[in-house]
Amino acid sequence: MQRLCVIVPAYNEEANIEGVITSLKQVNPAWKVVVVNDGSSDKTAEVAATTGHAVVLSLPCNLGIGGGVQTGFKYANRNDFDIAIQFDGDGQHIASEIPKLIAPILEGTADVVIGSRFLSKSKEGFQSSFVRRFGIHLLGAISHCLVHQRITDSTSGFRAYNRRAIALLSQIYPVDYPEPEAIILLGKNGFRMVEIPVVMQERQGGHSSISGFKSCHYMIKVIVAMFIGSLRPPLPPKAF
Amino acid sequence: MSEFLQIIQDNRVQIFSILGSVGLFLFIVHLIQRRKLKEEHSILWLTVFAFFIIISVFRPFLDVLAKLAGIYYAPAALLLFLILGILIILIHYSIIISKLSEQNKNLIQEVALLKEKIQPGKKEDK
Repeated sequence: MQRLCVIVPAYNEEANIEGVITSLKQVNPAWKVVVVNDGSSDKTAEVAATTGHAVVLSLPCNLGIGGGVQTGFKYANRNDFDIAIQFDGDGQHIASEIPKLIAPILEGTADVVIGSRFLSKSKEGFQSSFVRRFGIHLLGAISHCLVHQRITDSTSGFRAYNRRAIALLSQIYPVDYPEPEAIILLGKNGFRMVEIPVVMQERQGGHSSISGFKSCHYMIKVIVAMFIGSLRPPLPPKAF
Repeated sequence: MSEFLQIIQDNRVQIFSILGSVGLFLFIVHLIQRRKLKEEHSILWLTVFAFFIIISVFRPFLDVLAKLAGIYYAPAALLLFLILGILIILIHYSIIISKLSEQNKNLIQEVALLKEKIQPGKKEDK
């Protein structure tokens, strides 16, 4: 029996967090739900704790999504979980798709599985705006050049990791906007990544963390980080 | 007497740079003495100011350096070296800040993990 934990980073998500936890527990009550409350100023931690179905890790200060998710990896690593799922706390990911997401790991054909909005032909669900899709495709093209693995949805925060990936990421994980950078890190270290088509919903409450002028800044920062990241030599194998 | 004043007049740049670099060197030493500055962070400052004292006192040395760098007016080379020194110190501080923020991040994560562990009423699973 594989032990699985679902890492749910949440920053001011009191409106969504309860629904997210309940939906996860409905799909499989055996999963450990780990909510990482990233220094929220609202009642995210209290709401999550009162459900009684989640471990709540409350960061004393806001670290940003990367630092939050990494806390979850550290938890998963120390408590010997076999699989860690990264699952957003804003309700855009769908819990019933997790079994599909972990299938390649259980079969041993991948170390990391990424849920992609852009793989299915039907284009159902939330596809994001045109500009954002353009940005995501650009990042995908860059990561393809840099680590030779085709990733269509490089900013997707819906991912599954096996034990080795958890061990690596609990030590090193990019801080600010980590998803595209993590692809480079994992690719450079020889992790097998696959994507599977998933449907995402538009966020149900709260605000997206990236918008307007900030997205331009985001793109530049991520692209620079990806190129520099690809210059780093792989880590020694004993590191994970 | 007027001769002495003339010498001062002619070498104002040198006098100012000697006074400035010696003063700042002593100020750093003073800060270390009062434990306001850690030794490891101050080595770079001391090195830069010591270098400045040397090139201010030995004008020919500065001339040689300026010539090597293709600078006609030697005191302008002083400014160049000053800027270089400051840049190196700034980069040094960026490195220290990055290291501190990494340590800070690890501490914040550790606090969250430990807080969860010692929660009252938490039942031990596994």
